[in-house]
Amino acid sequence: MSYDAHFRVWRGDADKGDLQDFTVEVNEGEVVLDIIHRLQATQAGDLAVRWNCKAGKCGSCSAEVNGRPRLMCMTRMSTFAQDETITVTPMRTFPVIKDLVTDVSFNYTKAREVPAFAPPAGVAPGEYRMQQVDVERSQEFRKCIECFLCQNTCHVVRDHDDNKEAFAGPRFLMRVAELDMHPLDALDRQKQAQEEFGLGFCNITKCCTEVCPEHIKITDNALIPMKERVVDRKYDPLVWLGNKIPRRSS
Amino acid sequence: MTEFQRHEYDVVVIGAGGAGLRAAIAAREAGKRTAVICKSLFGKAHTVMAEGGIAASMGNVNARDNWEVHFRDTMRGGKFLNHYRMAELHAKEAPQRVWELETYGALFDRTKDGKISQRNFGGHEYPRLAHVGDRTGLELIRTLQQKIVSLQQDDGGDGKLRVFAECTITELLRDESGRISGAFGYYRENGNFVLFRAPAIVLATGGIGKSFKVTSNSWEYTGDGHALAMRAGSTLLNMEFVQFHPTGMVWPPSVKGILVTESVRGDGGVLRNSDGKRFMFNYVPDVFRKSYAETEDEADRWYTDPDHNKRPPELLPRDEVARAINSEIKAGRGSPHGGVFLDVSTRLPAAEILKRLPSMHHQFKELADVDITKEPMEIGPTCHYVMGGVEVDPDSAAANRVPGLFAAGEVAGGMHGSNRLGGNSLSDLLVFGRRAGVGAADYVAQLGGNYPVVHADQIESATASALAPFNASGGENPYAVHAELQQSMNDLVGLIRTADEMSEALKRLDELKVRVAKVSVEGDRQFNPGWHLALDLRNMLLVSECVARAALLREESRGGHTRDDYPTMQPEWRKKNLICSLADGGAVDVVEQPMTPMRGDLIGLFDRDELAKYMTDDELPAPAEESA
Repeated sequence: MSYDAHFRVWRGDADKGDLQDFTVEVNEGEVVLDIIHRLQATQAGDLAVRWNCKAGKCGSCSAEVNGRPRLMCMTRMSTFAQDETITVTPMRTFPVIKDLVTDVSFNYTKAREVPAFAPPAGVAPGEYRMQQVDVERSQEFRKCIECFLCQNTCHVVRDHDDNKEAFAGPRFLMRVAELDMHPLDALDRQKQAQEEFGLGFCNITKCCTEVCPEHIKITDNALIPMKERVVDRKYDPLVWLGNKIPRRSS
Repeated sequence: MTEFQRHEYDVVVIGAGGAGLRAAIAAREAGKRTAVICKSLFGKAHTVMAEGGIAASMGNVNARDNWEVHFRDTMRGGKFLNHYRMAELHAKEAPQRVWELETYGALFDRTKDGKISQRNFGGHEYPRLAHVGDRTGLELIRTLQQKIVSLQQDDGGDGKLRVFAECTITELLRDESGRISGAFGYYRENGNFVLFRAPAIVLATGGIGKSFKVTSNSWEYTGDGHALAMRAGSTLLNMEFVQFHPTGMVWPPSVKGILVTESVRGDGGVLRNSDGKRFMFNYVPDVFRKSYAETEDEADRWYTDPDHNKRPPELLPRDEVARAINSEIKAGRGSPHGGVFLDVSTRLPAAEILKRLPSMHHQFKELADVDITKEPMEIGPTCHYVMGGVEVDPDSAAANRVPGLFAAGEVAGGMHGSNRLGGNSLSDLLVFGRRAGVGAADYVAQLGGNYPVVHADQIESATASALAPFNASGGENPYAVHAELQQSMNDLVGLIRTADEMSEALKRLDELKVRVAKVSVEGDRQFNPGWHLALDLRNMLLVSECVARAALLREESRGGHTRDDYPTMQPEWRKKNLICSLADGGAVDVVEQPMTPMRGDLIGLFDRDELAKYMTDDELPAPAEESA
């Protein structure tokens, strides 16, 4: 059942680095993160990698496996041929700290810019009443484990560092949408999304949705409905597209 | 002297899971300058792994529920070894703490009338767990994280409440009189050292599972807070009680131990052996006989008519279920990969499973090629939680013997007695996290700005200790030593224990102590996991010794401590806590300490017959009182 795999792992820091070759044992049922851990334990004790839960729940072990943004803990070795070279590199959009660990502080900065949930006036704790159908829309977005793979993948920032200032990225535009759809939130979020968080940059290529390990429909359910509400209905072709997407009837 | 960064705060919270964040919110709301130290990135703490829900007797699904019922369930689950006052505060305050989360923006699943929905769970008499599908922990951590951000927005920056991510504390510092003066640690990113000068510290570091091989716990769970408290002169309570969750994944090997939520059983899932038999009916202990169904028919009726039927035995407290599964496997009635079967596929329609247990479906599909809507899961016990922890004052969460030190959440002991009920962890985090934050703020206020001083020699010695693994060239690989520690604890101080095996474990731990002191690491201080592990190992080793020594002393079986050589529960032992402290020279000292007797009004919440199963005759109320 065991075999030796050929891994190429990017090692280095902010100044320099390159892909290093490793031959490493793989056993039945293992995921890429298991192999990275085996490298740490047996060949490269100081190989830097983030991980926590190893079950796809915390969103720590994001990296690019053969160029594809993925959680290493949810990438099974059985999806690769035994003679395939597996290349593991850090997320490209964020500055490297060391090896597979990147500086993701951009995301925390953006998180602090989104105005928090504004509780409704005059509703005491314990008196919140909401229907399941109404909370489900925001609940989908709250499944987000903040792996930042969507932020890493979105070409608005992946290929254009300059846009990072004006664009919050799919994760935080989705956060704005989540608050906008919260049945009891008391703020107007739509203007914010467009003017402060750069919703207009998004041209709905759905790359974020494709890489989401939680299978959240970021583009269809969060970003497009937001766009629909903020842009001038007469001139935006997205309204047409948006109308094709099912919405809550009430 | 090696350079270090310096910060000054009123309250420093070590740990950024549910308890730590709730403590920080409370300290900040009390006007204190507060720092939160997280070992990982902000929002990744082990709390995200919690699945089932938060226990709080809101009575939204069954109006008969109230704090007294919740208190009784908690004491029964802990086999009456719980600190009664903690169980009381917890049961009384949990609903407020859950409702408060809604004002922070949490979105729980709803009942038809728009209230927070509540689900059944092991040991809870009524549906009691507020939940969001099976990802309640994620909702809790994200909600508290966003509340922290919201407080920072109110402050116009992080001057009064700041999160220090990827930072590990290695030492607590005290002044000459023994009061807390600060904490010393390093940033993972660059290996630089940092001093937090603060008169109050809240430990909220979670558990110790990484000392065991098969565990549901993440890399962070290395018993840091337990070890920091001991080294600072405080005490640990009842460390022998370690919860082995009955349902961890068993296959493939790389995921062995990953948690399968108890909600699977709460929502109708059943346990079967290789003969296809629902074996839990054979394992209902006498103390629970009255509350659990005797036939499958009755058990199945309970899901729709709980008022007229008794509960399925699959919903016994976790210690009972874990032991039963272990017995079935040992008797040769296990599943192909050494577990038993947990089946929900024949119990609920596929669409309902996908709705209620989406992350379980995802986890098994992605990691084990098992579709839980079509086939049973294979599961077995996994090290999940430590009931033992820092000995604290129930009301203020102040740690024993060390002024300025507080502890809340899994790192604190007493609340759960010998076994924790599912769902009582998240509520524990909120109730005692808040109390610790308030307790720390009150303590600081009393000091009137007169803060204990940190001395240069303390920094020097903490620095030298942290750098030691770089200086020990040619020593052992920390990963290899860690694997041996985990194997020893798993094999010798696991679910079922004997005196011989634990004595052997202590011998091995002694040998490992020598080896851990000599591990060496390659590379430099920049984000170096080998170095981090070398430092964490010291904590794991100390905590493992506490577990093994206390477990060897307690000659009875109760909750999360099962002795093959002393298989029954002994009322005499219920009156005793085992207290670990660090003696001069680094030895672990364990002594018996009498348990604080339960208050009369709380004793009055139980039938005398039930109490008689747990208590000695002289502890029981006089029979006449009962009829009064």
